[in-house]
Amino acid sequence: MKRLGMLALIGILGLGLAIPCYAEKVVLAGSTTVLPIAQKTAVVFMDENPKADISVRGGGSSVGIAALIDGTCDIADASRPIKDTEIQKAAANGRDPVAHIVAMDGIAVVVNRSNSIFKLSKKQARDIFTGKVSDWSQLGGSPGKIVVVSRDTSSGTFEAFGELVMKGEKVMPGALMQASNQAVAQIIAQTPQAIGYVGLGFMSGELKPVEIDGVMPSRETVLSGEYPVTRPLFMYSNGKPQGITKEYLDFVKSKKGQELVETQGYVGLK
Amino acid sequence: MPAAPPLYNNMAYMRAKERMYKWVFTILAFASLFFLVGIVIVLFKEGTPIFKEVGFLKFIFGRKWYPTHDPADFGILPLILGSLWVTVGASLVCIPLGVGSALYLHEIAGFKQRQFLKPVIELLASIPSVVYGFFGLVVLTPFLQKAFNLPTGMTALNASLILGFMATPTVCSIAEDALSYVPRSFREASFAVGANRWQTLTQVVIPAAGSGISTGIILGLSRAIGETMTVLMVAGGAAVIPGSFLEPVRPMTSAIAAEMGEAPMGGSHYHALFAIALILFIITFVFNIIAEIISRRFRVKLGLSG
Repeated sequence: MKRLGMLALIGILGLGLAIPCYAEKVVLAGSTTVLPIAQKTAVVFMDENPKADISVRGGGSSVGIAALIDGTCDIADASRPIKDTEIQKAAANGRDPVAHIVAMDGIAVVVNRSNSIFKLSKKQARDIFTGKVSDWSQLGGSPGKIVVVSRDTSSGTFEAFGELVMKGEKVMPGALMQASNQAVAQIIAQTPQAIGYVGLGFMSGELKPVEIDGVMPSRETVLSGEYPVTRPLFMYSNGKPQGITKEYLDFVKSKKGQELVETQGYVGLK
Repeated sequence: MPAAPPLYNNMAYMRAKERMYKWVFTILAFASLFFLVGIVIVLFKEGTPIFKEVGFLKFIFGRKWYPTHDPADFGILPLILGSLWVTVGASLVCIPLGVGSALYLHEIAGFKQRQFLKPVIELLASIPSVVYGFFGLVVLTPFLQKAFNLPTGMTALNASLILGFMATPTVCSIAEDALSYVPRSFREASFAVGANRWQTLTQVVIPAAGSGISTGIILGLSRAIGETMTVLMVAGGAAVIPGSFLEPVRPMTSAIAAEMGEAPMGGSHYHALFAIALILFIITFVFNIIAEIISRRFRVKLGLSG
């Protein structure tokens, strides 16, 4: 019995040592907006490169970048550019984050399908979200209190929206703060007087996008830069990528990788 | 492998075995204490830095919660009030429902009804909270929106109703236990002096079981105030000081759950969320102590034990 247990133990240890010899491990962590892209490309990449072992985690842009700084991940997914404070922290830790733009994303301002409003200026959108405008009649719609739906303060989408539309002003405290793009979409679809914003990848027939400054959010207007609420999505590597990390990032940026980006509802770069 | 020598008759072996069991169970019993102490230490260690940064009173009574804005506002009064509102709302639902069903089960229901009803009520407690939340989101939200003609159905009322249903089984089963602890002699004495069933119930049985029933209510409410998933889904999540039950709120638990995932470790936001958890812990701790004090008094009153 004892000998058998010993053998099993040696076997397990042996396997544990053997696996890293055959697979190169790459860990991705970060933005939930980039997550679908990371997952899809990782799966296809691993099919083509059996040696690669890629694991993908969410957590949010800040968490991903913090993990890159601490050295607990190889690639940080981010839906916003790295902050100065984070660059300083990385430098102090001897890490050097390098940005790779992997896709473009538009943030669509959406209303319920029954809403007659079809266009807003950026300023009007800002006034709605700060609470300066609180009734649809003030914008030429049918009277009714505007129900403002926003993402939670720590999401990358919230930060991008805050920068592109809010210009640093605060979202009104009475806004319904939701933890995911799906939750926002669900409320907008259910609530006639609601307005919110979701990543282009989360648009569906149940939501009605609104023109911003006269431009409808779409693949074309995002890529051309006409649509004003557009942001790049990033993957950050530590220094110049090498080995499997480089192969994977090259794959994401390749034509095939960008096609996968499009299948996930984002806008490819090519 | 050689067979073990027959040690079973050996007294020393038996004693060693007994001692071993004693130790195993002692360790198991103290494990929960160990975890509790660990949690409290972590909460204090991670939560208190924000008090130094913002100031304790400013943190508790601040009216603005903008944790990621630059400069940030860390005022959790709207979150505390959000939690209190939904808990008070839940009590309005779970007290009549829980105590009422306990009285029915104990006083009126026949044997067969009780055999059927009690497991059904207890089954309510085993439904995962995300299922309650989903029900609230998909069924109750549109219903309330239409019924009260509201801009949105995600309100304190919605969360209160769902939390009230969730706390009902706790209240009911503890209240029922309390009723069954009332000694038969109390009831018989009451009947003997000519009181009818209603008089016996309202003037003898309920007062005698009163503290047990209150314990049930308090434990039910401490479940309601700590509930997270449901309020995250149905309360709306607006960090405003609520003006009525028909407005959205953001209870403390849902703020922690929604924001902790993306709060950078070691930052002010992170410490603020731990401080909210600390305050929540203190509130439930006080609830539990009150429940304990009341139930001890109740045992003394009935002369059951000290």
